[in-house]
Amino acid sequence: MAEIRIENAVKTFGKVVAVNQVSLTVHDQEFVVLLGPSGCGKTTLLRAVAGLGMVDSGRIMIGDRDVTYLPPKARDISMVFQGYAIFPHMNVFDNIAFGLRMKRTPKEEIARRVRESAELLHIEEFLERFPSQLSGGQRQRVAVARAIAVHSGVLLMDEPLSNLDALLRLRMRAELKRLLNEIRATTIYVTHDQIEALSMGDRIAVMRSGEILQFDSPTRVYDVPADRFVAGFIGTPPMNFLEGQVRRENGVPCVAIGDFMLAPIPEMYEELARRDGKPILVGIRAENMETLDAPAADALRVKVLVVEPLGSQNLLTIQIGSDVIKASTHPDFAVAANQDVWIRLPGDKIRWIDRETGRTIIPDLESLVSAS
Amino acid sequence: MSSTTTTQAAPVVRRVRVRDLPVEQQRAIRARQLRRAGTYVLAITIAVWIMLPIWLVGTLAFSTPADVRAYPKQAAPIPFSTDTMEFFLNARGVLPATRNSIVVALLTLTLSTAIAAPAGYAVARYFFRGRDAYRLGILAVRAFPIVILAVPLAVTFRNWGIFDRVYSVALMHTALTLPTTILVVSSVFASVPRELEEAAKVFGCNAFEAFLRVVMPLALPGIAASAIFTFVMSWNEVFAAVVLTLENRTLPALILYNLDKSGDPFKFAGGFFMLVPSLIFIFFMRRYLFNMWGQITK
Repeated sequence: MAEIRIENAVKTFGKVVAVNQVSLTVHDQEFVVLLGPSGCGKTTLLRAVAGLGMVDSGRIMIGDRDVTYLPPKARDISMVFQGYAIFPHMNVFDNIAFGLRMKRTPKEEIARRVRESAELLHIEEFLERFPSQLSGGQRQRVAVARAIAVHSGVLLMDEPLSNLDALLRLRMRAELKRLLNEIRATTIYVTHDQIEALSMGDRIAVMRSGEILQFDSPTRVYDVPADRFVAGFIGTPPMNFLEGQVRRENGVPCVAIGDFMLAPIPEMYEELARRDGKPILVGIRAENMETLDAPAADALRVKVLVVEPLGSQNLLTIQIGSDVIKASTHPDFAVAANQDVWIRLPGDKIRWIDRETGRTIIPDLESLVSAS
Repeated sequence: MSSTTTTQAAPVVRRVRVRDLPVEQQRAIRARQLRRAGTYVLAITIAVWIMLPIWLVGTLAFSTPADVRAYPKQAAPIPFSTDTMEFFLNARGVLPATRNSIVVALLTLTLSTAIAAPAGYAVARYFFRGRDAYRLGILAVRAFPIVILAVPLAVTFRNWGIFDRVYSVALMHTALTLPTTILVVSSVFASVPRELEEAAKVFGCNAFEAFLRVVMPLALPGIAASAIFTFVMSWNEVFAAVVLTLENRTLPALILYNLDKSGDPFKFAGGFFMLVPSLIFIFFMRRYLFNMWGQITK
């Protein structure tokens, strides 16, 4: 059992608050991704769990133990560093064996486990080599092999793929996911790459300015972002935002985009009615809009600025009033720049965002955000 | 697959002559050539300026004593002879002084490295109050004139009864070399990534073990170079050695003492003998010196 529980962690560097009252629980054997732009405190939080930077206040529990003030070696963790941090003066075997040797594991057991980890990462033929004789990808594998050889309950990864080239990163992503599924360690994985986060994590904690904005499954984070930042940070392209205004028509709340009236789903009536007359942000993902080449009653007429054929889809850049949004269409949808098209916004795919707070308006928003 | 690629003809590279190019481009190329030539002239001048005396000293150290005394001096050691060197090494006091110099240098090296390693590590790794002031203070020690320091020190040493001892010179040399040694060693430690140390800690080391198993092995070549540097500084130091010793002269002190009493062969052979450790040092040390300056400007 290695559940990680972070309670009200605070860490400041001088006047900068890197981690601000963060609470986070990672279940046993769960794979949680800390995602956020650089400087959001994700690495600081990871290092606090590792014991490489002590929190100013708050508690960190691993399993049933309070490890807040324990040194890294007493925490039963292992870690993959961003720069790999494999020891240049040791060959691959000694690198992988390092943690085991420090624990005074018997020799045969060390040999067995080093071999096992090396095989999992397909580096068994490099055991005699020194790091300087390895490529970046191979070094990365050594770093992971070293981390899993110690069989710790907790595995921490600090942007492990960020130093690899794009193609290698794609391959390692899938491989890491398979591997972590196999070894079943409780894992915290830090990255600023939202695709990595979406594709790998059981749950994603999106961070900004030292706070967790949303902690949820990848599909939920993508589909129902808790606020404007999360919506704009996750997804390629990120979620579109349109300026709208809440009105009341025939006693039913609806949202005006220019002259066009958007009809929300009935579940939203109560929340929207409360904002009658106020401006509101309409959030919708590129792939959730229906593009039509002929007018329809419930479709909005828009002008296409740019067409980007991406193979699997055509990405349209569209102007609506003063907003510019992206819509993806089937590659067969024939349209050229400066042409008019009509788009339909399905009510259940629209996310309504409060103009002032930036929070998504959902009746049960709190359950999305709560980091438990 | 490979056969098809090898049979392909290599593309023909045609040389473009400068005078076929547009005037603007010609001018730019000429200017670049001129600048480059200027750089080379300057570099060669500096190199000759430094190398020439070394070459002359080396030449005369390996010429016959008669050739050394002759005037004008010759430019190459022909005929080659070790007589001059032998004469120097057999001169009275040279061998004991050499032994003294080696003992002083080794003592200095040991003391200086033992003190500088932890100090350099602290400067490189930890942010503590007054770190920059400390770094500056280290350099300030170098700015303090030995002339002023040496005489009171000689008096103090005499009062303590450690005057004219080999290890009293070593103490003085340690004080003199420490600033540079600390700076060099700290730059060596700074070049060991912090992440490696953290990895060691994550995988079961405490701070000391991490230092011993990871930082130290990686820093060792640099520290060795700095130790050699310390050795050479002590080996060459003459002023403190003259003031602090009478009977137990170090080699530079002895040579200086005998300088006006002896002939050219003694001087040239002595000069060459003193020069050798420095030359060896420079070959080992080059890389770390560059590294040091890089670190300090940062």
